Amino acid sequence: MAAVQGGLVDAVEKKDIKTEPSEDSGGNNNANDGRLLSPPPGSSASAPGGNKPPAGAPEDQQTLLAVLQFLRKNNLAESVEILRREAGLPEDALDLKAGDSAGAGSGGAGGTVDLEGEDASSLLSRVTVSSSAAAQAPTKVTPSEDQPDVNVVLSAYSQQGDPALYGVYYSGLKRFIESVLDCHRAELSQVFYPLFVHMYLELVYNNHENEAKVFFEKFSGDQECYYEDDLRVLSSLTKKEHMRGNETLLDFRTSKFVLRISRDSYQLLKRHLQERQNNQIWNIIQEHLYIDIFDGMPRSKSQIDAMSGSLAGEAKREANKAKVYYGLLKEPEIELPLDDEDEEAENEEGKPKKKKPKKDSMGSKSKKQDPNAPSQTRIPLPELKDSDKLDKIMYMKEATKRIRLGPDNLPSICFYSFLNAYQGLTAVDFTDDSSLIAGGFADSTVRVWSVTPKKLRKVKSAADLNLIDKESDDVLERIMDEKTASESKILYGHSGPVYGISFSPDRNYLLTCSEDGTIRLWSLQTFTCLVGYKGHNYPVWDTQFSPHGYYFISGGHDRVARLWATDHYQPLRMFSGHLADITSTRFHPNSNYVVTGSSDRTIRLWDVLTGNCVRIFTGHKGPIHALAFSPNGKFLASGATDGRVLLWDIGHGLMIGELKGHTDTIYSLKFSRDGEILASGSMDNTVRLWDATKAFDDLETDDFTAATGHIHLQDNSQELLLGTYMSKSTPVIHLHFTRRNLLLAAGAYNP
Amino acid sequence: MAEERRPKQCTVVLPTESMKAMAESIGVGQLQEESCVALSEEVSYRIKEIAQDALKFMHHGKRRKLTTNDIDNALKLKNVEPLYGFQSQEFIPFRFASGGGRELHFYEEKEVDLSDIINTPLPRVPLDVSLKAHWLSIEGVQPSIPENPPPAPKEQQKVESTEPLKVVKPGQEEDGTVQGKGQGATAADGKGKEKGLIRLKPRSTHELSVEQQLYYKEITEACVGSCEAKRAEALQSIATDPGLYQMLPRFSTFISEGVRVNVVQNNLALLIYLMRMVKALMDNPTLYLEKYLHELIPAVVTCIVSKQLCLRPDVDNHWALRDFAARLMAQSCKTFSTTTNNIQSRITKTFTKSWLDEKTQWTTRYGCIAGLAELGADVIKTLILPRLTVEGARIKAVMEGPVVSNIDKIGADHVQSLLLKHCASVIAKIRPQPDNVEQYRIDYGYLGPMLCSHVMKARTQAALQAQQVNRTTLTITQPRPTLTVSQSGLSGSAGPRTPSIIKVPSSLTLMSPRPGTPSQPSPPATKYIVMATSAGPASTQQVITLSSSQSASPVTSTVPSATSTLQPLVKLESGSGPGLTGSRPMQKYIVVSLPSSASSSLENKSSVLPTSISSTPIEAGMKLDRSESPGASTQSPH
Repeated sequence: MAAVQGGLVDAVEKKDIKTEPSEDSGGNNNANDGRLLSPPPGSSASAPGGNKPPAGAPEDQQTLLAVLQFLRKNNLAESVEILRREAGLPEDALDLKAGDSAGAGSGGAGGTVDLEGEDASSLLSRVTVSSSAAAQAPTKVTPSEDQPDVNVVLSAYSQQGDPALYGVYYSGLKRFIESVLDCHRAELSQVFYPLFVHMYLELVYNNHENEAKVFFEKFSGDQECYYEDDLRVLSSLTKKEHMRGNETLLDFRTSKFVLRISRDSYQLLKRHLQERQNNQIWNIIQEHLYIDIFDGMPRSKSQIDAMSGSLAGEAKREANKAKVYYGLLKEPEIELPLDDEDEEAENEEGKPKKKKPKKDSMGSKSKKQDPNAPSQTRIPLPELKDSDKLDKIMYMKEATKRIRLGPDNLPSICFYSFLNAYQGLTAVDFTDDSSLIAGGFADSTVRVWSVTPKKLRKVKSAADLNLIDKESDDVLERIMDEKTASESKILYGHSGPVYGISFSPDRNYLLTCSEDGTIRLWSLQTFTCLVGYKGHNYPVWDTQFSPHGYYFISGGHDRVARLWATDHYQPLRMFSGHLADITSTRFHPNSNYVVTGSSDRTIRLWDVLTGNCVRIFTGHKGPIHALAFSPNGKFLASGATDGRVLLWDIGHGLMIGELKGHTDTIYSLKFSRDGEILASGSMDNTVRLWDATKAFDDLETDDFTAATGHIHLQDNSQELLLGTYMSKSTPVIHLHFTRRNLLLAAGAYNP
Repeated sequence: MAEERRPKQCTVVLPTESMKAMAESIGVGQLQEESCVALSEEVSYRIKEIAQDALKFMHHGKRRKLTTNDIDNALKLKNVEPLYGFQSQEFIPFRFASGGGRELHFYEEKEVDLSDIINTPLPRVPLDVSLKAHWLSIEGVQPSIPENPPPAPKEQQKVESTEPLKVVKPGQEEDGTVQGKGQGATAADGKGKEKGLIRLKPRSTHELSVEQQLYYKEITEACVGSCEAKRAEALQSIATDPGLYQMLPRFSTFISEGVRVNVVQNNLALLIYLMRMVKALMDNPTLYLEKYLHELIPAVVTCIVSKQLCLRPDVDNHWALRDFAARLMAQSCKTFSTTTNNIQSRITKTFTKSWLDEKTQWTTRYGCIAGLAELGADVIKTLILPRLTVEGARIKAVMEGPVVSNIDKIGADHVQSLLLKHCASVIAKIRPQPDNVEQYRIDYGYLGPMLCSHVMKARTQAALQAQQVNRTTLTITQPRPTLTVSQSGLSGSAGPRTPSIIKVPSSLTLMSPRPGTPSQPSPPATKYIVMATSAGPASTQQVITLSSSQSASPVTSTVPSATSTLQPLVKLESGSGPGLTGSRPMQKYIVVSLPSSASSSLENKSSVLPTSISSTPIEAGMKLDRSESPGASTQSPH
């Protein structure tokens, strides 16, 4: 869709297109419920926007108005007419809206009229914001600031005091906060960073370059060390002209920085500012900060530090309130042939005589439905094919031979080193049955290896296939071309480094995403590319198949995660809300949710069905490069460039653990098949094993104060660390537990 | 810490002169100063922006190094056309120019003659990506195989030996016990449960696992046994195996006891074998020997200065053993001498004392001189040269005087050639030309005339090499005659432990099928293809190809830069079936170097070396040493 509209609007710079698709997400998310398998509304290219669904909520109406204005601006009168009729808007709605926003001047819905030159871009970014705001926080946003567009936000900075006084104000506040009681100090210190940023930007915006520099130098050292990256960006920005088009900057404006402060501390701050008549600071707090006030004890410094660090402060408490069905789906009932029977038992259909005896201790695979599980048909899942059933049987057989892991029974680790990769290995994946390994490389190639004696073979050509006796029993063998048997195959097609790679659960397909903005689906039967999914336009950092196949998720530089189905060339869902690149994406084991990690240092959990963001996790201090769900679906582990692994309880939406030990970016995380061990692999050339059972058990005995969302993390990383295994200058970029709980690790040897 | 950097970040801006220069280069003269300032600020900002985006690509590329491709991708992200094809052979490709009061850095773009490019032979096809599996851990215990890093890094061993009480830090202990306990410990006690307890001397347990005991037995038997092939294998295992540190005390006792016994019995062969073990231990980059020097050094010194090392002193070449041991001594002085242990000065004192003693035998005298001479030019200059006259007189007395005994005569002869060999090069350096025979006789007495001719020879040789060096544009590496001679016998790693050698990942690529290690998952390997990638030129091939030019002098430090121009080599190692002994497949190393622009220099160099090697008189004597080193690429140790 983006491409289509981009074609229509020459005036719009390519840069802006990036934000454009999110308007669809707004529409899709709310209107497409339950119709997942139908073609997405945006797919017909002939009339962009012409098939907008009727809008219910006021947010939608504003989105629609924005779209209408956009269309009108580009003289697409017909489309305007159609859309208007579809949406059931009165004819004058548009003019009316535009008119009064012109009157309002600041921050209104229609910045377009008075800002001729900029309106396209401002409109678009406004839409982005409105949809994301709608997704993450339906309440608490006052209408006037609902849709800040770039220039409007910028102009919000124009009201200013004496630039020389900024430093005085800031240090005045600093003195005050240092003088308050200890219990309040930590909480109030949170104000420093956003305040600092906004004051700095205000100075820059008003062309007080030198004052800005002085201000920055004076106070940047006070900021928490985990904001260093952002400060670096900020420091390079010294001119008003730079502010336009700087994404980091826009993030600061368009999203309010969220702080959680106890009521007492807040009152203290408020009183102080009012007494001092410190309007400058008070204005900033009012306009750019969102203070989430809670009743109860102020939090301690460590509690605050655990949760802060993201680009836009902490998550609002409301954001994590939605119910998440984190339970697992019931396994399809397949008759398990007895072990002493022939391995290749053919009759897998039949009555559900006996269920697999599951060893899973944390398991939820009991006969009755898990209360936390979504209904089986919540999202349509593909039917099991015969081959899938066979594979399930194999899986169950393997599972009975699985080693039970624990602190006293650590897994063996087999390391696959890529030699001669010349620093070019960018992504690795194993198939679930550990028979194939695929690597994505910086030279745009994708390579697939067989790690079993079974070689990789292509299907014969069409002409040869005609000659085959299709009735024969071994037709599946016969279609393979023996001549092409080899241990590895190379797939050519991408035109940039391959950053993400994922096998389909049935091992027939391989999914790769690349810097070239495409996601490609490859057949592992013919070893050719089947589809190139276009839509991201910017580098795609990660992609993953759903555990049930058919769907896949992708995320990239354009900050939008997309959900696709293999047979649709348009995305089914777009998840927008992240403020920076989406660096990693994972499916929940029940396929009903996806989780995305981002450079804005937040993790978001999205509901596949509704497209809503149902969880926002903050606490990482760097871009998140690794995510892993526990096999029972209850917990999430995440790893970031800061070298820490954080553990999250999805149901409660809380951080429940922090694993310190790595010294560099964590690129891979994996739970053992029974969820007892968490393995983490990092750029620091180590694989570490953590006692997941203990980490989660400690928590379950703990009584949450879920209402306040406060966490008390004890630093028990050392107790949970079961082992550290150093590789020889080989960063660990992928980890995988085989069905029998052997840990496989992969990385490129960099001498 | 960050505080210090941040203000700087704020102010880093490109100089306005650069703006002016760039403007001029595209034909805009007379740019206003203000415009320059504005431009430079803008450009600096954009560059920073791009650098930040490029970092993103580096992170996703799972690298630690930013590459030009990352910059290209970042530019693409901004819709700017990337700088296609920017690549440089050099680390910093910019040139500096100044003039007219301006300083300028520019990128030199040379004109390229297409025919040159067409006519150059095709570069070697890079090796294809391949996959290799090994066990990183077996049920929680990391096997010590060459693919894994050494269980206890050298640093840790050092900390342990120097400050045993400070070792117990929670993190370290966790690491150490889990990965380092090795086969002896079960997974359960590797957990570090007893963390709370204060352990005065951790890891003082020296119990070896059954496997380790077997290994020890096999290795020691092979080292002193009769089968040369087995010995070569055993020595290589000692030199490369990363998991030996637990056995180190055993080995050092074995050596010191062995020397003690065999000196008494005058068993030359065994002494040589033991010295080779010492050398292998010293070559092992993962071992920290300092703790065991008190056993090793006396053993080595014994082999240098002992009055009698063999049963038939007149026939056996015990001189070679003395030379070899002296070199070991010099090496350990270089590596281990510190201000606290004063090894070098103590050793020097010992040697000098017995040399000065009138009653000292010729054999011991030879050993002392050799030991001193190996310590370097400075020692020769200060200790040996002043005594040349006295020593010359003594030699003269034996050579020209009444025949006392044949043994004395041989001894005097050896001392003479030893002195000539070592002193000539030093004199060549410190003494101005011309070389006058008479003057030499006055200065150095009996040895003067011979010394003179040697010095002249040394000078011409140096000149010759300098020429060759110039021709091949190798700006460094001047293999001085003395150096090449000094290590001709033992190809290879007799050099000091410079970091570039220590880091050699050869232990990874050269898997030694060593007996008695159960943890090794692969069967006795017969064939590997091992290669060094271009990313790390200072890798295996460097040590191997240049082994013969590796020397015990500061020259070594320059060697890596010379070799970095060499293309990576392919080393093919093929098992040649069951060896002669039938016990274990033999290993053969073939070093293949593919043609590259720099290959000619390699050839030149190797053509230099044989000449200097052939000039050594002791080569034959030490021949057995050659097969030991993995770098003896020209000889297959059958």
